[in-house]
Amino acid sequence: MKWTFFHRMSSPKWFYDFSGQCLPWVGLLALALVVTGLTWGLLFTPPDYLQGNSYRIIFLHVPSASLAMTIYVGLAVTAAIGFVWKIKLADMAVSCLAPIGASFCALALISGSIWGKPTWGTWWVWDARLTSMLILLFLYLGLIALREAIDSRETAARACAILAMVGVVNIPIIKFSVDWWNTLHQGATIKITTESSMAMEMLIPLLISIAGFYLFSLFVFLLRLRAEIISREQRTTWVKALLGAHS
Amino acid sequence: MSVMSGFGVVLKRDLHLAFRNRGDLINPLVFFMLVATLFPLGVGPDPETLMIMGGGVIWVSALLSNLLAMDSLFRSDFEDGSLEQLMLAPQPLWMTAMAKVISHWLVTGLPLTLLSPVLAIMFGLPSEALPAIVATLFLGTPLLSLIGAIGAGLTVGLRKGGILLSLLTLPLYIPVLILGTGAIDAAVSGMAWHGHLLWQGVLLVLGITFAPLAISASLRISVSG
Repeated sequence: MKWTFFHRMSSPKWFYDFSGQCLPWVGLLALALVVTGLTWGLLFTPPDYLQGNSYRIIFLHVPSASLAMTIYVGLAVTAAIGFVWKIKLADMAVSCLAPIGASFCALALISGSIWGKPTWGTWWVWDARLTSMLILLFLYLGLIALREAIDSRETAARACAILAMVGVVNIPIIKFSVDWWNTLHQGATIKITTESSMAMEMLIPLLISIAGFYLFSLFVFLLRLRAEIISREQRTTWVKALLGAHS
Repeated sequence: MSVMSGFGVVLKRDLHLAFRNRGDLINPLVFFMLVATLFPLGVGPDPETLMIMGGGVIWVSALLSNLLAMDSLFRSDFEDGSLEQLMLAPQPLWMTAMAKVISHWLVTGLPLTLLSPVLAIMFGLPSEALPAIVATLFLGTPLLSLIGAIGAGLTVGLRKGGILLSLLTLPLYIPVLILGTGAIDAAVSGMAWHGHLLWQGVLLVLGITFAPLAISASLRISVSG
C-alpha cells in the first residue's frame, strides 16, 4: 500500500482546495438536518407524559454533550498524529477543534442546567455526569490557555499535543473516579439515565438533530481550519496567488 | 558514569539545594497549615461540621501546597541553563526528571504527610482515621508530584507559568483527591478503606510508568522552543 495519499491529504493546499469543494454540501446538509430535527422535535413530537414540554431541550442538550466528548477524543487523536509525524495540518486542526469543543461543552452544561430547573427543581446538582462535564470544560480551557501562552507556534503545537494526550489518558480515570465519588457521597437520588426505552417518535428527531449537529460542527471546523490555513500559510506562493486572484 | 549513579547525583544535588535554602523547605508546610486554618475561620468552629470536612480540607490543602511548590521544580534550572546541561548528559532524561520529582516529593510531600495527623487532630477527626490520612497522603502526594511535573515541564519556559500550571494540572489531580478523601470518609465512618488505598496504589504505578515519559517530552519541548 502506498502512503502517498496520506502526504497529499496533509498538504495544506490540497486540503484547502478539497475542503472548499465539500464545504457548501456539508453546510447545506447540516442546515437541512438541524432544521428538520429541531422543528420536528420542538413542534411536532408529543409532550412527555412526565416532564411535559420541558423535555424538548433534549434535542439541543444531547447533541452538544455528545459532541463535546467526541471532539475531545478526535482532538487527542489528531494531536497524537501531528506529534508523531510532525504534520502541520494536524496541529492547525487541533487549534481549531479546541474552541469548538469548549463551546459545545459549555452549551451542554448551560442547557442541562436550564433543563434541570423544571425537572429537578435546581439549576445544578453535583451529579457524576455534570461534574465530569465541568471537568471536561476545564480540560478544554487548559488547552486553549496553553496555546495562547506560548508565542512560538511550533512549541505551542507540541506542548498542546502532549497536554491533549495526557488529558485523554486521564478522562476515563476521572470519569470512573467521579462516578465512584458520587455513589459514595450521596445516594442515587436523581438519575438522568432512567429513559432506557425512548418512544420512537422522540428518538427519530433526536437522532436527526444529533446528525445535524455533527455536520454543523464539521462545517464550522472546516471554516475555521480554512481560515487558519490561510493565516499560517500567508507567505507561501499559492496563498498569495489565491488572494491575488480574489482581489 | 553509570546510569544509576547519574540518577543519584541529580537526586543528591537537588536535596542539597533544597536544604541550603531553608525558607523554600518550610514555606509549603506553612502554606499547608495556613490554608487548613482558613477553613474553620470560613465555615465556623462547629466541631460536627469540621469533623465531616476535615479529610477533604487536609487533602485540598495538601494539593494546593504541592502545586505551589511545583512551579519552582524546573524553573531555576531552566533559567541558569543547567537543565540544558542535564539534557545533554548521557543518561536518559526521564531518569533525571524522576530524580527531580523524587527530591521534590521528599522535601514537600513527605513532610506534609508526616504533619497531617496534627491537622487531623485539630479538626477533631477520630483516631481511627489517622492511619487512613497518613497512608493516602503517602501514596497520593508522589502521584501529585508526578502529574504536576508534566504541567511544570510544559510551562517552565513561560513567564507567567504559575497560574497556567494550576489550570492545567488541577483537573488531573481530581481522581487522586477523590480516592484520598473517599478513604478518609470511609475510615471516619468505621468502614474498610483499603479498597481506595489499593486504587491509589494502582494510579501511582500507572503514574510512575507513564509520567516520566511525558515529563521528559514536555521538558524537551520547553527547552528547544
